[in-house]
Amino acid sequence: MTLPTLAVHKFASCDGCQLSLLDLEDELLAVAGVIQIANFMEASREVLPPPYDVTLVEGSITTAHDAERIKQIREETPVLITIGACATAGGIQALRNWKDVDDFSRYVYAHPEYLDTLQTSTPVADHVSVDFELRGCPVSKYQLLEVLVAFLQGRRPNIPTYSVCVECKLKGNACVMVSQGIPCLGPVTQAGCDALCPTYDRGCFGCFGPMETPNTAALADQWKVMGASDRELVDAFRNFNAWSEPFRKESDRREASIEIGGVR
Amino acid sequence: MWPLVPYTRASQDGEVTAPLVIDREGVDALIGELINRGYEVVGPTVRGQTILYDTITSTGDLPVGIRDRQEAGTYRLEKRDDDALFGYVVGPQSWKQFLTPPGTVFWKGLRTEDGFETVAPEEPPKYAFFGARPCDVAAMKIQDDVYLPIEDGLYTSRRKRSFTVAVNCTEPASTCFCASMGTGPDVNEGYDIALTEVLSGGQHYFLAEAGSDEGTDVLAALAARDARDEEVVKARRLVVHAADQMGRKLETDGLKDLLYANLENPYWAEIGERCLSCTNCTMVCPTCFCSTVEDRQALDGSSAERVRTWDSCFTLDFSYIHGGAVRSSAGARYRQWLTHKLASWQDQFDSIGCVGCGRCIAWCPVGIDITKEVAAIRERDIRLVSVGTPIVKEAASE
Ligand code: SF4
Ligand code: SF4
Ligand code: SF4
Ligand code: SF4
Ligand code: SF4
Repeated sequence: MTLPTLAVHKFASCDGCQLSLLDLEDELLAVAGVIQIANFMEASREVLPPPYDVTLVEGSITTAHDAERIKQIREETPVLITIGACATAGGIQALRNWKDVDDFSRYVYAHPEYLDTLQTSTPVADHVSVDFELRGCPVSKYQLLEVLVAFLQGRRPNIPTYSVCVECKLKGNACVMVSQGIPCLGPVTQAGCDALCPTYDRGCFGCFGPMETPNTAALADQWKVMGASDRELVDAFRNFNAWSEPFRKESDRREASIEIGGVR
Repeated sequence: MWPLVPYTRASQDGEVTAPLVIDREGVDALIGELINRGYEVVGPTVRGQTILYDTITSTGDLPVGIRDRQEAGTYRLEKRDDDALFGYVVGPQSWKQFLTPPGTVFWKGLRTEDGFETVAPEEPPKYAFFGARPCDVAAMKIQDDVYLPIEDGLYTSRRKRSFTVAVNCTEPASTCFCASMGTGPDVNEGYDIALTEVLSGGQHYFLAEAGSDEGTDVLAALAARDARDEEVVKARRLVVHAADQMGRKLETDGLKDLLYANLENPYWAEIGERCLSCTNCTMVCPTCFCSTVEDRQALDGSSAERVRTWDSCFTLDFSYIHGGAVRSSAGARYRQWLTHKLASWQDQFDSIGCVGCGRCIAWCPVGIDITKEVAAIRERDIRLVSVGTPIVKEAASE
């Protein structure tokens, strides 16, 4: 029996999402039994030639070379799945999109002339068509497994797009916004982490990006009622998923009100 | 409405039982007796900054000397200056946590050489719901009307074997409005034992009344004595007083017609601007019953299971049909929730789907208040206010 082949590629990212695959300790042997890992540099130097039945892509597009490479990868696979905040939203490195990259380069590198980088960090879907986006910073290994199982069984993955609040309540947590006055991004953030932070008395940081119908304006207004400043709101929305449209617009809106208010 | 004179209640099984009196030790004995009878006793207990429901084995597990302060979008615990066992009301959880636990496997199969075999589901525990508030007892009755007629296996297997120790309320939260819904602050039916805690003038006792034959048996096993008339009067007075202290009110008169007539009211869109579609209100509501079913398979296809978990009319998938979600705006989703609870529930189940527990008010992260929104719709009733008037225009353009 020939097994379906899997390729895993990396772009600008921290490797955390790919590691989620290796982190599937208990399930890894089962994975290896049903899928052939054909091209996964993080796991093995052995590379089989394309095409690949399914391809996972981690990381955002930050160089002209990467923008070409992703097109090649797209041609080598019928199913391209992006994993993680970098690949699906541009990642934390998308903070550069608000600034001048040349300025950064001069401050950080002794020889900035050796750098060849784009002005922006953008999600893979801005460059090629993507079949499924799996969110998270990093992705949940259980969701990753679910996506692979669904692919193998030829069905739609059970990856809900509702808010973190649903998971929080299913888990039986008490809401930290209501019971402790801790600002939380859970109501505008997509589920997937099993409400990790609220479970440990912290507000959600928005790792899984915007939920299906994010009302960022209403949540931000409530944060202000709870004492947060516009500056804090800009920082909260400009995080791992800063460049996702709803979070980007909200942070721009709050930044504009800092400028109007004149307080930084 | 609430009799001030001592009286004996007819139990549900028809037997008349006189109120008894027990002290804190008696409450401990009650918990012990339920455990002896094979019940898993679940009741209120402090977890972090909140009162949640969990297994309890003595009164020491209860939130002794604690009160909750609730407002729209806030909930805080505080120390009381007494040792009340029940000096708080309801928290974010309700008994549906146990009656329809989220993520319950209701079918599981293993692949065999020539097909598959079914794995029998685990037998659920026999629960004793300890410290159920009158609104929650009413909510369980409402859920009975949802699940029992269709013989829902998950619910029935848990509900039919359960035992309810209700506690009448003497200090409602500011978010409570059971008096307007006719569900509290005293319990009328649907309990096995009802307790009323009395703490005044150096006295601390519990009036204990049976509401079923099993409740009578359980009380008979305790060292309880008959209540004196003045003890009964005192307890009843506290509950009557609680009804007068209700922090909120919901006018139920003509509610169904009001909401049906206002489906096109532009005010729903104004609520939609504030609503996060986060689902918290439906998750904490003790009567909301919507669920979704998920199929899960092992990676190698050797087993499969079907799992039921909670869903909510605030998610897009909930109303997703061919072509997209039917309720795409937040206003439409809020209208669905409120109109179902208060109006179409009446057509569906012959009752209102809200018991006035106030959970949806306290646990809404942005403090959207069902009682206020109903009052606002009433004020802007499009049958009375023509759509061109400033108040409606203002709402529509916001
Ligand atoms: S703690 Fe955060 S995620 Fe959990 S219910 Fe509250 S707002 Fe939602
Ligand atoms: S709608 Fe709100 S007040 Fe009514 S029963 Fe549900 S949670 Fe309680
Ligand atoms: S209000 Fe919504 S979640 Fe609650 S029972 Fe009705 S449709 Fe279901
Ligand atoms: S709504 Fe009524 S019955 Fe429920 S907790 Fe409040 S006072 Fe008690
Ligand atoms: S009414 Fe409140 S709790 Fe309910 S979905 Fe809207 S914001 Fe969430």
